Amino acid sequence: MFKYLPHTHADIEAMLKKIGVSSIDELFRDVPASLKDFGELDVPSAMSELELMNHMKLLAGMNKPLIPFMGAGAYDHYTPSIINHLINRQEFLTAYTPYQPEVSQGTLQYIFEYQSMITQLTGLEVSNASMYDGATATAEAMFMAHAIRRKQKEILVSETVNPNIMAVLRTYAEPQDIKLTMIDADDGQTSLEDLKRKLSDDVAGVIVQSPNVYGVIEDYEGYSEAIKEKKALFIINQDPSTLSHLKTPGEYGADIAVGEAQSLGVPLSYGGPYIGYMATLKKHMRKMPGRICGVTKDADGKRAYVLTLQAREQHIRREKANSNICSNQSLMALFVTIYMATMGKKGLYEAQQISYNHAHYLHAMLLKLPQFEAAFDRPFFKEFTLKSTIDTDLMNAKLQKHGFLGPLDHGMFDENQKGLVTFAVTEKRTKEEMDALVRILGGL
Amino acid sequence: MKTPKELYYTESHEWVKIENGQAIFGITDFAQSELGEVVFVELPEESDEVTKGEEYATIESVKAASDINAPISGVIVEVNQELEDSPELINDDPYENWIVKIEIEDKSEVDDLLSAEDYEKLTK
Repeated sequence: MFKYLPHTHADIEAMLKKIGVSSIDELFRDVPASLKDFGELDVPSAMSELELMNHMKLLAGMNKPLIPFMGAGAYDHYTPSIINHLINRQEFLTAYTPYQPEVSQGTLQYIFEYQSMITQLTGLEVSNASMYDGATATAEAMFMAHAIRRKQKEILVSETVNPNIMAVLRTYAEPQDIKLTMIDADDGQTSLEDLKRKLSDDVAGVIVQSPNVYGVIEDYEGYSEAIKEKKALFIINQDPSTLSHLKTPGEYGADIAVGEAQSLGVPLSYGGPYIGYMATLKKHMRKMPGRICGVTKDADGKRAYVLTLQAREQHIRREKANSNICSNQSLMALFVTIYMATMGKKGLYEAQQISYNHAHYLHAMLLKLPQFEAAFDRPFFKEFTLKSTIDTDLMNAKLQKHGFLGPLDHGMFDENQKGLVTFAVTEKRTKEEMDALVRILGGL
Repeated sequence: MKTPKELYYTESHEWVKIENGQAIFGITDFAQSELGEVVFVELPEESDEVTKGEEYATIESVKAASDINAPISGVIVEVNQELEDSPELINDDPYENWIVKIEIEDKSEVDDLLSAEDYEKLTK
């Protein structure tokens, strides 16, 4: 008997007998026969373990490992090997978010530490135990703004927010009757003038991203004042790894900080699983989705971790709930926690400084080529956008041939942005790799 | 169970006090005793509009979370911020510890409210 198949035939017989039903078929007799008749299912026959291993190896071999120069939300940072050793411990790896939480003190402890680190990075007061990913965390922040402002149904979103995040916002907004209005960009940064123009009494919240989809470090001086005047919430989506250097959402007067925390030690893994983070001010915490772990003392005065807060609406009055998120992305939160604990403040700063330096080196080298010119005159971190005269499909095909994943092509989101490409560089990219990239592009 | 004579009441266990042309809202002694220990009051903000019969606050007790409805319509002029840090004040004295004060929109709505006698009958 496998431990994941908990019922023996005897168990099933006993249960059927207890409720007075003769068979499983009789138990489900209310389901019309037409729905139960699948006919012959078109599934391949069973494989032996050896055959299956060979089959999986064949499939895995079709994955093409490339050296990435694309970011747009997923960054190729180094994952210290200690993470994999610890994360594969059975107590961590197989445990889902605890339903009888206080039994799992170890899980609560790392969630508590994760939250503490996120609040330190963002400069905000409270963090939840984590979210699915950066895009859905942003959508949840939108719901929060709407729940806090109650009657306001409009959310302003900067044009410089990643279009993939934008697509998720649209999906979440539509059934809730939330109106999304775009704020114009001014030379690759959210326009403060346009924001002021569009801020009305109907606005519940404002969503911006920094560094944004072009890699530009946005400056939010004066934004919070304008937004607060209309009592709207200021939501900043930020790659948390850049907070080693940049002004925090807390310093900019944000109400909510969200984003993709993959950049904190989680490997690319061909697109997931990743992890979203969310931090906010104490006054908004009752509207925050998910849960918060806290620390207290037990009856004997010993340190004990507890589930401190979980919005009640998630269990009762669910029609009033502003989120269906009741758990967290626990294993990925552990990834992030071990990463930050391993790197420390200094290590994180150094890894990001090297990423910054590498990106600025590649930027300078590419600008020496006649095929490229700067798209914006703005500061950037580890990602930057150039205008290119090279056909982007040709560029990316050529780079792939040489084992590189080329830059993000903005033409895939918007025809008018064809030729606009965004490169991402981390501490993992070597000078040789960058020089090779420049050589290939120079020959196109 | 206390039911002060000078107040007006609703069937959903809120009270209203009319004072200097403004209305003060709270919940009744009956309501607080049914709810049990109050652990959190989600308060609205000043200058928010409230509509008769619609929720304007939520009270969370150890037993339940309940919507608190506005007995009459108007605009909030003051919120009892003390409840933010000390929600249990509602248990201590539900009539002393009001929730919001409003500028009344339509005085005739007061006529629809219950008197202390009517409300007492309701909760018997």
